[in-house]
Amino acid sequence: MNWLPTIFVLAAAFVAVFLEASPGLFRNLLGAQIDLLPALMVYAALTHGLTTIVLLAVCGGLWFDSLSLNPLGASVLPLLLIGLLIYRSRDLLMREHIFAQVVLGVMAGAAQPLGTLFILLNKGTAPLLGWFSLWQWLVMAAGSGAATPVCFKLFDRLRRALEYQPVIQSSFRPDREIKRGRV
Amino acid sequence: MLKKSHYIFLVCVVLLVWALLQLPGGTMGKLKLAISGLFLPFLSLSNSTHEWLGNASEGLVPKSELLRQNAQLRHDNQELQLRLAQDTQLWTENARLRGEVGWARQTRWRVKLARVIVRDPANWWRSLEIDLGSRDGLRANLAVLTADGLVGRLQSVGETRSQVVLLGDPNLRVAGIVTTGETGIITASASAPQEEGMIDLDLFTGASGARPGQIVVTWGEGGVFPPGIPIGKIVDIRPKEYGLSIEARVKLAADMGALEEVWVMLP
Repeated sequence: MNWLPTIFVLAAAFVAVFLEASPGLFRNLLGAQIDLLPALMVYAALTHGLTTIVLLAVCGGLWFDSLSLNPLGASVLPLLLIGLLIYRSRDLLMREHIFAQVVLGVMAGAAQPLGTLFILLNKGTAPLLGWFSLWQWLVMAAGSGAATPVCFKLFDRLRRALEYQPVIQSSFRPDREIKRGRV
Repeated sequence: MLKKSHYIFLVCVVLLVWALLQLPGGTMGKLKLAISGLFLPFLSLSNSTHEWLGNASEGLVPKSELLRQNAQLRHDNQELQLRLAQDTQLWTENARLRGEVGWARQTRWRVKLARVIVRDPANWWRSLEIDLGSRDGLRANLAVLTADGLVGRLQSVGETRSQVVLLGDPNLRVAGIVTTGETGIITASASAPQEEGMIDLDLFTGASGARPGQIVVTWGEGGVFPPGIPIGKIVDIRPKEYGLSIEARVKLAADMGALEEVWVMLP
């Protein structure tokens, strides 16, 4: 197995969590922080294997929870579930189409906070929830939807830059060469 | 598509996560600080870049502006020294009178400056991490403040970093007292929990004399926060539970959205 793509996905998750924890523009402007892990999970589930999905869910979720007041592991299970659901039906999904990527990103971005909140409420913790949470939820879903095609484009470019390119078959065949002139 | 070995692998992962979720608070806090330690090189890089940009921008300030600022700072410094001399006299007098009455002596606040390194990435909590830890004499439950007022308290303390729960987070409740003497509990704002600058004060007394514009400070009961730290100013008051109790909306004194440096109150 080539581990390089998996390492790139994990590195992207690490940077994404770091950026989310930095005091940023989105939080001040929109009143909500966009989570990039669901978008990465959509990419990983459509293009990589089960190992990458599990590693992304576990590492990404733990990194996110370590910087947050979430109990450790609260973000892992929703991410894993999203990844597995997409992975199971990825042969039926049109992964090359931007529209499909956006829709999957929106759905993943909407499902991830709901799953985490479900775990938090079942653990007996009381997170900050109100009418404004709906707005935050919409921003997170839309942000994830917008980030998913960017992930695809970014990783495709990276893959093309680092992987061996397939040799283009030429139509020339020496046995079919027409020899002109006298023999 | 998934084989039997895959299912076993997934069950193991789920069990591992479930075990993590069951960890007690103290162990989980330490584990979280250990995992977030992976971000330290990035944080150092970010801080260095921030400082470099700050130094670069300082180089662009004209000399006349620097001289003006210097003169202003000298003036402020002299004024503060005069106030300090007066406060020292008052402090001595207060200690002497307390001794005569037999009250416990008050101690001066010992504070340490800390830098905010990361904020909570989740939208449903209010917390941040600072760059001081047990190595600097910090321990859990110490008060964190700015020059404007109370910010929060230390939730978990690692060797070099600590997690601070901010005012407005459901995990932090503070006993507050209004200038008129009414007491209550500071909680996250129920009407607009995501509004960072607003919190609620549930007043204990039904017929309250609290009015908009009055200052709320820490009460000091409970032993976590010393009395007299400014919390904020009352914006409006409304009855709660069919008029049986009163709730005041309080605008926080400290600007929670622009925290870069905070002071930790040492024991």
